[in-house]
Amino acid sequence: MTSSLLTVSYIGASALFILSLGGLSKQETARRGNWYGILGMLIAIATTTIGAGLVQGFGLNEYGTLAAAMMPGLVIGAIVASRVAMTSMPELVAILHSFVGAAAVLVGFANYLSPAEALSGVEHVIHEVEIFAGVFIGAVTFSGSVIAFGKLRTLISSKPLLLPARHVLNLGMLAATIWLGAWFLGASGTEGLTPLSIMTAIAIVLGVHLVMAIGGADMPVVISMLNSYSGWAAAAAGFMLSNDLLIITGALVGSSGAILSYIMCKAMNRSFISVILGGFGADSGAAPASTAKIEGEVHQITVEDTVKTLREAKSVIIVPGYGMAVAQAQHSVSEITKVLRGLGVTVRFGIHPVAGRMPGHMNVLLAEANVPYDIVMEMDEINEDFPETDAVLVIGANDTVNPSAVEDPGSPIAGMPVMEVWKSHKAVVMKRSMASGYAGIENPLFYKQNTQMLFGDAKKNLDAILTQLR
Amino acid sequence: MKVGIPKEVYPGECRVAATPDTVKRLQKLGFEVLLETGAGQQANFSDESYQAVGAQILPEAPGVWSEADIILKVRPPMVMPESGKAETDFLSAGKTLISFIYPGQNRGLLDELAMRKATVLATDSIPRITRAQKMDTLSSMANIAGYRAVIEAANSFDRFFPGQITAAGKVPPAKVLVIGAGVAGLAAIGAARNLGAIVRAFDTRPVVKEQVESLGAEFLELHFEEDGTGQGGYAKVMSDEFIKAEMELFAAQAQDVDIIITTALIPGVKAPTLITRAMVESMKEGSVVVDLAAEQGGNCEVTQPGEVIRHHGVTIIGLTDLPSRMAQQASQLYGTNLAHVLDELGGNANFQIDFDNEVVRGATVVKDGEITWPPPKSQPAPTPKPAAAPKAAAPAAVSTTPPAAAVSQPAKPEVAKPTGSSNDVVWLIGAGLALVGIGLGAPPSFLSHLTVFVLACFVGWQVIWNVSPSLHTPLMSVTNAISGIIIIGGIVQLQGAPFTATTVLGAIAILIGTINIAGGFLVTQRMLKMFHR
Repeated sequence: MTSSLLTVSYIGASALFILSLGGLSKQETARRGNWYGILGMLIAIATTTIGAGLVQGFGLNEYGTLAAAMMPGLVIGAIVASRVAMTSMPELVAILHSFVGAAAVLVGFANYLSPAEALSGVEHVIHEVEIFAGVFIGAVTFSGSVIAFGKLRTLISSKPLLLPARHVLNLGMLAATIWLGAWFLGASGTEGLTPLSIMTAIAIVLGVHLVMAIGGADMPVVISMLNSYSGWAAAAAGFMLSNDLLIITGALVGSSGAILSYIMCKAMNRSFISVILGGFGADSGAAPASTAKIEGEVHQITVEDTVKTLREAKSVIIVPGYGMAVAQAQHSVSEITKVLRGLGVTVRFGIHPVAGRMPGHMNVLLAEANVPYDIVMEMDEINEDFPETDAVLVIGANDTVNPSAVEDPGSPIAGMPVMEVWKSHKAVVMKRSMASGYAGIENPLFYKQNTQMLFGDAKKNLDAILTQLR
Repeated sequence: MKVGIPKEVYPGECRVAATPDTVKRLQKLGFEVLLETGAGQQANFSDESYQAVGAQILPEAPGVWSEADIILKVRPPMVMPESGKAETDFLSAGKTLISFIYPGQNRGLLDELAMRKATVLATDSIPRITRAQKMDTLSSMANIAGYRAVIEAANSFDRFFPGQITAAGKVPPAKVLVIGAGVAGLAAIGAARNLGAIVRAFDTRPVVKEQVESLGAEFLELHFEEDGTGQGGYAKVMSDEFIKAEMELFAAQAQDVDIIITTALIPGVKAPTLITRAMVESMKEGSVVVDLAAEQGGNCEVTQPGEVIRHHGVTIIGLTDLPSRMAQQASQLYGTNLAHVLDELGGNANFQIDFDNEVVRGATVVKDGEITWPPPKSQPAPTPKPAAAPKAAAPAAVSTTPPAAAVSQPAKPEVAKPTGSSNDVVWLIGAGLALVGIGLGAPPSFLSHLTVFVLACFVGWQVIWNVSPSLHTPLMSVTNAISGIIIIGGIVQLQGAPFTATTVLGAIAILIGTINIAGGFLVTQRMLKMFHR
């Protein structure tokens, strides 16, 4: 009876999780979606805890341990969540992925050391495979996410680390994993601990190596990919524990991350495989030479003239990139938007899918700065409006506004969908210097007749613009 | 160095080579600026306005010519009508003159200038490459001429441009035909459209169709049978037919439209005749023809250069001084072009005639008394010009087309689509075989879990596609939180004494899983609160 009740509550929790993700389809329902998620989680944890008391005979010891483990977790989580700056969201997400991975590894080990029920024959083999796979995915997720975290924090250089023969190295590690798997399956009792531990170490190295080889521009893909892995790790844990709720949740998260990775790859016109194999910007080292040399010169503009341009425009589109986040300029941008809207100028934002360091990052930053979400448009919604736009303000974006993606078939980013800002009447590009973006490609936009460059720190320039607008 | 701007001496010329605004630009480049008194008067720039920005006013033209190192002018140097002295005589050795020269038509002037041992830059000879567009005086003037052509036409046309429905009856909109869609033509199209007329445009170059249509005009195209394939000289046959078809088109249009503006110019050659006397006579009375090619002989057979005449009730405007009629605007644009030229020459600090600079080389027609025109053929530009006029009689507004306008949009590169149906089949077969394999070997308990897993994947796939891209970050943090569900795995591992390995591992898993749950949900909540309309 209790196990049936447990199952029913898991079904409820699963439904709530699905509703939670479904709620995120629109801003209006998103908050309700989050509450569904919290509710589902509470139900799942409560029934599991109570069920464990009834079925497994949990006593004070167990509940004490549980409380001792959960309380600090709750406190740490709450503190981190309330303190984290919106610009550091990618880091938070990355480190949380690593926790899921680590938890999957720990659960796998724990499960191997004391299986809940004695299994035999095929079921035993399958169970062992599940543990092995779960620990493997978990370990890769863990170390990969830690490296991603380090790269986002710039504790580690965001340049791709390209070891010679890195593909061979990866394949070698995979082969070793399979060989260790065979050993693990053949071991009796808890003798498989040795191959399992060695495999974990290898998987950790593999995760580190995979993410180290990926450049900064591909970070959105990496984050979504690790998101996906963390889901699969949870699903694998579900298989080894025969727990459907874990399987369902893991599958939901896994497919969510997979879709995000797919969207990000598409937005960069890169295949998933080539991102994972890494080395963007480095393996295209010869590419800048092959791209047509850009002719023309850069037109500079002053803050005064930018203000004039903005005042005289009827419609303005602001295209922010990661540079805006770096300069912490989103609040100034928001204020400028308010002033311009007060002057009767139509102001909208155009967000490239891979702007920022994780999917949707720019939207969150702008929301934080009080920009109404209904003037924040996706690339596909706004790209055809550029020809009718009087002025475009590009803030710290580069590769996502590079016309060579459309115009130069020889460009390394050819075919990547980009914000077609050069079709507007006038584009003002705010940038620190003429340095190229993560892709390491020259940007012909800067040399176009209707493009003007406003060099310098984005925050300072935007503040100056704001002062003069008022 | 000093830059001098004498008063233009050509009768009726109102433009001036610098305005107070461009004087400031010149000063920024480090030059000192001198003007002859009254230089800007005709363009409505008083001596005081120049003095206000720090320019020096000199009473006599000779003083300007002798004191300044660089002379800026609009019209080519000529004999001064008042004193009978030639402007060229004032130009002494070592000085630099920047002005319209038209070296092709004014070979004699070129020789005279060379004798003065000076350096002369012809603003009309600046190469029309992308980099030099800001110095392109021809485009600046053509733009003004196109606009003014419409204004002159409207002035002579005694009806409304826009259609109106009034209590006194319906007024049809005026119909304007613009021939040649170069800079002048496009400016005319834009101005006529803004006045509310129905505008049609014709150009031999199909590439300009998009530009014409973007201004709201109709692009007329020739529809004629392409026969004679297989006979030699395809292009020639095509050309003759083309011109015939073109003339037929103009004849038909002449009877329909109220205003015709022609802008077909070919440098150094007499302008092609596009509107015949018969066509003019077939036009409605009160119609207007503006011939922007009047100076080169005119596109219209009855045009009198410099005059406005009436022929069979049709006004033919052959004015050749349209930019000068908007002297203030024209001076401003021309002056800005010149400031860019001086910038290109290195400003005051690094002033030099650098023949390695393509723009400077092209513009320099006399260097220290040596005629350097025409410049040697430069290597072909990186972007081939698709806009060469095919035939003398075909109206392509050659001299009024900036290179940028002629560069066609490159086609979007084809993106290879990796999804082939054969690929799908392979995947399906593979998945089917894998399922059969699992079905043969796996126990039912595993299969039920697998069912749940596969279905959940599909549910997730469907649900997540609906998530708004702007909420992708909250999506990731929510999935972070719910993947913290893995603590359930930790909970069921807890057993017995607190210090068995399993319990410790489980407890750590619970700890970090809880961080995920609490952190994920709370940060999502925080983020979602920020989104507001």
